Amino acid sequence: MPDNGASQAKPAPTTTNGVAAESRRQRVRMLISALGMLPVLLILCIGFHFLSEGRFFTGQNLGIVLQQAAVNTVLAAGMTFVILTGGIDLSVGSILAASAMAGLTLSKMPELGMLWLPAALLTGLGFGVVNGALIALLRLPPFIVTLGSLTAVRGLARLLGADTTVFNPSIPYAFIGNGSLTLIPGVASIPWLSVIALFVIFVSWLVLRRTVLGVHIYAVGGNESAARLAGIKVWAVLIFVYGVSGLFAGLGGAMQAARLYAANGLQLGQSYELDAITAVILGGTSFVGGIGSIWGTLVGALIIAVLSNGLILIGVSDIWQYVIKGLVIIGAVALDRYRLQGSART
Amino acid sequence: MNDPILEMRGVSKSFFGIKALRAVDLTVYAGEIHALMGENGAGKSTLMKILSGAYRPDPGGEIRIEGNPVRIEGPLGGRAAGISIIYQELSLAPNLSVAENIYLGREMSRAGLLARGAMREGVGPILRRLGADFLPSTLVAHLSMGQRQLVEIARALHARSKILIMDEPTTSLSAAESERLFALVRQLRAEGLAIIYISHRMDEVYALGDRVTVLRDGRLVGSLDKPEIRADTIVRMMVGRDVSSFYKKDHDPEAGRGHPVLAAIDMADGRRVKGCSLTVHASEVVGLAGLIGAGRTELAHLIIGAAPRTSGQLELEGRPVEIRTPGEALEAGIAYLTEDRKALGLFLDMSCLDNINLAVLGRDAKLGWVLDRDKARERADRAFAGLSIRAANVGVPAGGLSGGNQQKVLLSRLLAIAPKVLILDEPTRGVDVGAKSEIYSIIDNLAKTGTAILVISSDLPEIIGICDRVVVMRAGHIAGEVSRGPHSPLAQEDIMALATGMEHLDA
Ligand SMILES: Nc1ncnc2c1ncn2[C@@H]1O[C@H](COP(=O)(O)OP(=O)(O)OP(=O)(O)O)[C@@H](O)[C@H]1O
Ligand SMILES: [Mg+2]
Repeated sequence: MPDNGASQAKPAPTTTNGVAAESRRQRVRMLISALGMLPVLLILCIGFHFLSEGRFFTGQNLGIVLQQAAVNTVLAAGMTFVILTGGIDLSVGSILAASAMAGLTLSKMPELGMLWLPAALLTGLGFGVVNGALIALLRLPPFIVTLGSLTAVRGLARLLGADTTVFNPSIPYAFIGNGSLTLIPGVASIPWLSVIALFVIFVSWLVLRRTVLGVHIYAVGGNESAARLAGIKVWAVLIFVYGVSGLFAGLGGAMQAARLYAANGLQLGQSYELDAITAVILGGTSFVGGIGSIWGTLVGALIIAVLSNGLILIGVSDIWQYVIKGLVIIGAVALDRYRLQGSART
Repeated sequence: MNDPILEMRGVSKSFFGIKALRAVDLTVYAGEIHALMGENGAGKSTLMKILSGAYRPDPGGEIRIEGNPVRIEGPLGGRAAGISIIYQELSLAPNLSVAENIYLGREMSRAGLLARGAMREGVGPILRRLGADFLPSTLVAHLSMGQRQLVEIARALHARSKILIMDEPTTSLSAAESERLFALVRQLRAEGLAIIYISHRMDEVYALGDRVTVLRDGRLVGSLDKPEIRADTIVRMMVGRDVSSFYKKDHDPEAGRGHPVLAAIDMADGRRVKGCSLTVHASEVVGLAGLIGAGRTELAHLIIGAAPRTSGQLELEGRPVEIRTPGEALEAGIAYLTEDRKALGLFLDMSCLDNINLAVLGRDAKLGWVLDRDKARERADRAFAGLSIRAANVGVPAGGLSGGNQQKVLLSRLLAIAPKVLILDEPTRGVDVGAKSEIYSIIDNLAKTGTAILVISSDLPEIIGICDRVVVMRAGHIAGEVSRGPHSPLAQEDIMALATGMEHLDA
């Protein structure tokens, strides 16, 4: 019998030193992929700071950026849930408008005025659940369903205010739109809008990463048939994510209403869905579902806000702002793909 | 011997710091079938992907084809060097026709327009040579697995490849399809092709292999010439130790007798399953045998509610149960291992940890829905140790694992459930010998603790080795049952006779 083959094996060429270096390199690579678009955000900030001769990193300007990012961050958080399942929600802008209209209309009623906030949230949640039910139970494609509700809900938003601007200068809880939370009296404060946005991100992170439902969301996005076979209630997951997207759009509507004291069913929230989708994609979430993180979405939303703010600061004309924003988005995603090349997922 | 057609010297490959291959040599001659063997994750597929250009090797090694050093870059580079690969997972576009798939990447055109007619004619001779029973214009989606493999081979021949790599080609083929494939592989060898054949099935390596090269943990262990090819030698080289008792059957099927756990009565889906009844008792391992296409998987899908049924009833521990979805089946204690791990089983982008814990997350959760991460981690670590799953750690995406290790991850998910009834559809597909015997002893242990187990398998020795009783399906019906006599083991001939319908001829 031939002697066992093990003796023919070559000894391992790796030394412990090499292993350590390798594992260090691996850690660095993981860190980079975890950071995602954060470096792009930082470079943009620093770039704008110099180009605007030091006007970017001021307390006041940063406050403005955070405030401008807030509503989109909230919408994008909901959109992250949806895109993680491999879906899309085109109706968030319209739902935002309808929720703001519903809230403002209610806020003018003397006895019920205080209830405007929950009313806005429930309006959004309701539309979202209807989206989800159509998609999950009738098995209709998300793109089609939410494209339909983009139009239909916009119509309802106009109907709510009889196609006029609804105005309420004494809307309750107006502070969430324009007030700030004082962190250190006289030194540091943060707009309530931003506090809400950060809270939404944090809660989303909890749900996505620390709950059973979160794993199920990733599973549905990663492989829907396998999820079904593994006993996951796919329909419930889908209704949940579209419900969340609607709810967050309702919250966005409330934030807008409180900030503007007014809402117009025709104009409010027009094409907000595009900014929300952009933030999610910039954040590295895969369009086919199953891969992505909520922190990436936050960074993506901040990149969009910083771009808008910075371009205005350095005095780029409105028209060129569009061109530059578009190019930066394409460039950033291209960079991201390049960075991920050769990773395990192919 | 003549000069080698392929020489690989000192080829290494690492993924994110994990060494998948360490200085591997491989020499292949024209007109030989060279079997490549090794445990799951040993690096076989990786080595072949380097040859086909799918992966780029680490610097340092050398590849020579017909004596000339080559650099293979990208899939087209592999083809240009005369190498074609048929992957473990087939890589055809189902929405295109046979001819279009064969010409993929090298489409013929006339005046800038796709020359469909010319392409169809061009592949005709090759398809005929391979004995294909389908047309060049057929959509690949309409072909069986065996036919798809023919298309892959046709693609290789059409590209005039000198080296053909087949990575576990028989895992999704029926016995008859496998036989046809073997004949074809021998024919190609006679025509002077070099064939590198990866398989975990010893009988195939016996039948086909002229030489065997064994890898272990990314290293070359050695090569054997035809006369030295012996199962025990190869297994020892692969595993590094003896795998003594391969099949394990220590449980006592009589212990739980008289206590049926699962009874499926007259199940039918109106298409592939036409009124099937079967019973599985506690502590019993029942085999479900039959040819591919007999409706075994479909019957399993009916039992767990994954497909709608037109008739039938289920009884669990003597009580009727209504199961409409796989979720309800799991709640009732019936777990199912799918045969199609990529499409229906695994979440390739999710970590092994999540994949393993997926079905029990709800049960483990704190406060009903907060993930218990320590428990999940512990469970995944235990699964990794218990089934010796090879991966850097439990956090890596399941998609990065070798085929057999993916199967083990999927199996771990089911074991975590600790079900009353376990339905295993091809449980050892793509799994190496060492792990196979581990899986068999797990099945045996589960039976000892009272689990009722139904094993669907196309591997007859496996069914005979681990089952107490075999139910045979043919064309959607239960064709009969083969039991062990008091002293006689299950007979392969009886099972085959029922599966093919030959028992009528004998009578
Ligand atoms: N794309 C990848 N990214 C990360 N690791 C990988 C990748 N491909 C392979 N590996 C690792 O390389 C090792 C060898 O894998 P390979 O697929 O070559 O094994 P194999 O011998 O073909 O096993 P099997 O018999 O299970 O198919 C494994 O540990 C696997 O995890
Ligand atoms: Mg492999």
